[in-house]
Amino acid sequence: MKKHGKLLLALLLILGISVFAGGCGKDGNSSDGQDGDGTDGDTTVTGEAVMGGDIIVGITQDFDSLDPHKAHAAGTQEVMFNIFEGVVKPDKDGNLVPAVASDVAISEDGMTYTFTLREGVKFHNGALVTAEDVVYSLKRSAGLLETVDPEVIVTSALSCISDITASKDASGKEIVTVSLSTVNTELLGYLTSAIIPKDYENQANAPVGTGPFKFVSYTPLASLVMEKNPDYYGTAPYLDKVTFKISADTNTAFLELLAGNIDIFPYLTSEQASQLSGNYNIENGTANLVQALFLNNAEKPFDDIRVRQAMCYAVNRPEILDMVADGKGTLIGSNMFAGFAKYFNADVVDMYPYNVAKAKELLADAGYPDGFEMSITVPSNYQFHVDTAQVIVEQLKQVGITAKIELVEWPTWLEETYRGRKYQTTIVGLDANLAPSDVLKRYRSTASSNFLSYVNEEFDEIFALAIAETDDAAKVKYYKQLQEILAKDAASVYIQDPASYVAVSKKLSGYTFYPLYVQDMSKVYYVK
Amino acid sequence: MRYYIKKVISLIMVLFLIMLLTFIAFQVIPGDSALSRLGVDAEPEAVEALRESLGLNKSLPERFFSFLSGAVRGDFGNSYQYGKPVGELLSARLSVTVWLAVLSIFMIIAVSVPLGLVCSRKEGGVADRIITMVTQTLMAVPAFFLGIVITLIFGLVLEWFAPGAYIAPGEDFGGFLRYMIFPAVAIAVPKIAMTVKFLKTSVLRELKLDYVRTARSKGNSERAVLWRHVLKNALIPVITFMGMVIADVLAGSIVVEKVFNLPGIGRLLITAISNRDYPVVEAGVVYIGSVVLIVNFIVDLLYQKVDPRVRIK
Repeated sequence: MKKHGKLLLALLLILGISVFAGGCGKDGNSSDGQDGDGTDGDTTVTGEAVMGGDIIVGITQDFDSLDPHKAHAAGTQEVMFNIFEGVVKPDKDGNLVPAVASDVAISEDGMTYTFTLREGVKFHNGALVTAEDVVYSLKRSAGLLETVDPEVIVTSALSCISDITASKDASGKEIVTVSLSTVNTELLGYLTSAIIPKDYENQANAPVGTGPFKFVSYTPLASLVMEKNPDYYGTAPYLDKVTFKISADTNTAFLELLAGNIDIFPYLTSEQASQLSGNYNIENGTANLVQALFLNNAEKPFDDIRVRQAMCYAVNRPEILDMVADGKGTLIGSNMFAGFAKYFNADVVDMYPYNVAKAKELLADAGYPDGFEMSITVPSNYQFHVDTAQVIVEQLKQVGITAKIELVEWPTWLEETYRGRKYQTTIVGLDANLAPSDVLKRYRSTASSNFLSYVNEEFDEIFALAIAETDDAAKVKYYKQLQEILAKDAASVYIQDPASYVAVSKKLSGYTFYPLYVQDMSKVYYVK
Repeated sequence: MRYYIKKVISLIMVLFLIMLLTFIAFQVIPGDSALSRLGVDAEPEAVEALRESLGLNKSLPERFFSFLSGAVRGDFGNSYQYGKPVGELLSARLSVTVWLAVLSIFMIIAVSVPLGLVCSRKEGGVADRIITMVTQTLMAVPAFFLGIVITLIFGLVLEWFAPGAYIAPGEDFGGFLRYMIFPAVAIAVPKIAMTVKFLKTSVLRELKLDYVRTARSKGNSERAVLWRHVLKNALIPVITFMGMVIADVLAGSIVVEKVFNLPGIGRLLITAISNRDYPVVEAGVVYIGSVVLIVNFIVDLLYQKVDPRVRIK
């Protein structure tokens, strides 16, 4: 009977009947008591590891490109993390560790990066990785090749690179030197971009990299298959074969989970997590996103700091967490996700506690004693943000602000809201590379990605200092200061770093959370 | 002969209009292919360069005619997202959609014709009343809901199939067909209900006509009257309806494809639209348009086969 009750719940969910907090939401806490509840960054290790085996991982979006330099979707990068590596790669604690390069040296002035290549690293096609391949790959992703492929996505942070050269040191080891035109001590965070064979033309159909798994096949809208790379220089993966199976949406994937067809599913909603039991453990981590109600600082009335601060006071963030995520998630107070612990400024989280009276007062000061009307633009493909918007609309009513939600398609959001900056407020989640500057760079007044049109000279100055700073402690201090400036200016209403729920079959162990959006399958194994 | 020439010309005209309208629609709605392709981190110059290389900066008529000249040669270009020829992408999805259509149409015909006849044999009888009640209910059930119910009952409770575990025809054809039965049922059931109702009304109308009395008075059994005389005449409205059903099923059912995780035409089109992948969208629309036109053409031909009074001039 109990099983059928769950099935019925699943059915209701699929029908789109939102089982909102209140009464029903309360049973959701059952997942707390389940074993295998890992915390952020933890690996659940139970039982003895078995070598070999195949698994199926459920994902919900198709790939935007298999060519690592042409893909930007987080959903693509998290999968391709298993196939490609850069000269360095992130580990589970957010450190950058040597990968294709065995050693990295940064000159004291921060203008030259020297990489010593690891010996004997092989591409999946069997060829040895040479310095020429590395130079080619880095030049390609920095847009420095003679013929530029317009589909290659060049991160603006790499524009400080002036030249990349190959050479050999005294002992015959291959060396790649990256020279910069302006100082940047965080370039390493961007040099995780994939190393691929020089002049290999078929990357988009049959990708070749150096990672622990190698590509086998891809069927659009169906699946991507990879198998163990037997020549991998590092710790060999346990599993023989991993199939990433593309489901139409989380509801279809959830049905597959109920039927036991998939072994790992990384995008459970909190409701689904509370309904699932039996054959799965629910692993808990952070999504490493900055979810905020972003305000257009150039648009009336949000060009007035008092209005922005009033918005911050009027939004009850703990209540949002309760309503949309069963209370899970980490509150933030500025544009930095909690998972990036080293740089996260915890002091600003509670700068604007929920306070209706104060919000009304600030609004009256700014000349809006009766509130105003505004719109919240939300990309319709992100249900989580849509839910958040609905809660915010209700909360803003308390201070007299009438908000209306405008759902737009993702391409429309990109063109009109993000690029065109034609919006009042919007809710999205921003992710970033493993460099603190990448998280904060869009707030520079001249940045093309500054869709908030935020302008603060002090911020620009400190940002420039932070990126050039070679002393680690000083750098951390600068970044914390930047977050404080954003919070004081109430640049946006920063809400949370959402919780992430992953269903992992009880037969498996070793699923690892990263402070980045990746699904590392090389650490997953079957338990004896 | 003149009829066929006229038909072919109108077919081409309609296809041309469909392509033009799709093309214009995509100019009107917001969203930029190059921006969707490159995402939030790309610099405006990079987006501009990609627009240039995709030919998106050319004038509208120029772009439409270059697309049209490709389409005439059967070349719809490469998908922006998948980088593969559109024809290849479409034909790979097509096998799923076509098999789904074949299975569901087979079910519709095999089930609804006998049921419709049983109903009309004794109007108001027990069988008729039960079937009418059931079909009335099923007619009101949307295919996606039926899909979920089927998944729940046959997939999760009875475990006759594994929900979402679509098997490609290339891997295991038997497994593929077995899996496809369930989405086919989800598509077929509401259509069966409608076909039964159509057939019943049509047969009952025919039964009141004079030729039926004549056939009976000549000593034909009730069964012979029904099968040999009435059915043929009663089929005409049903054929029209079946034509619509076939075109509908071949165009791909997005909802059923989603519920059953099928990589069919419908999902490909939706993905392409949300990525602003114009070549795929255009080709998909041309495909659907052609299916509808061709099926209608065949229906016209069938009319005159069934009813010699219909003469095509």
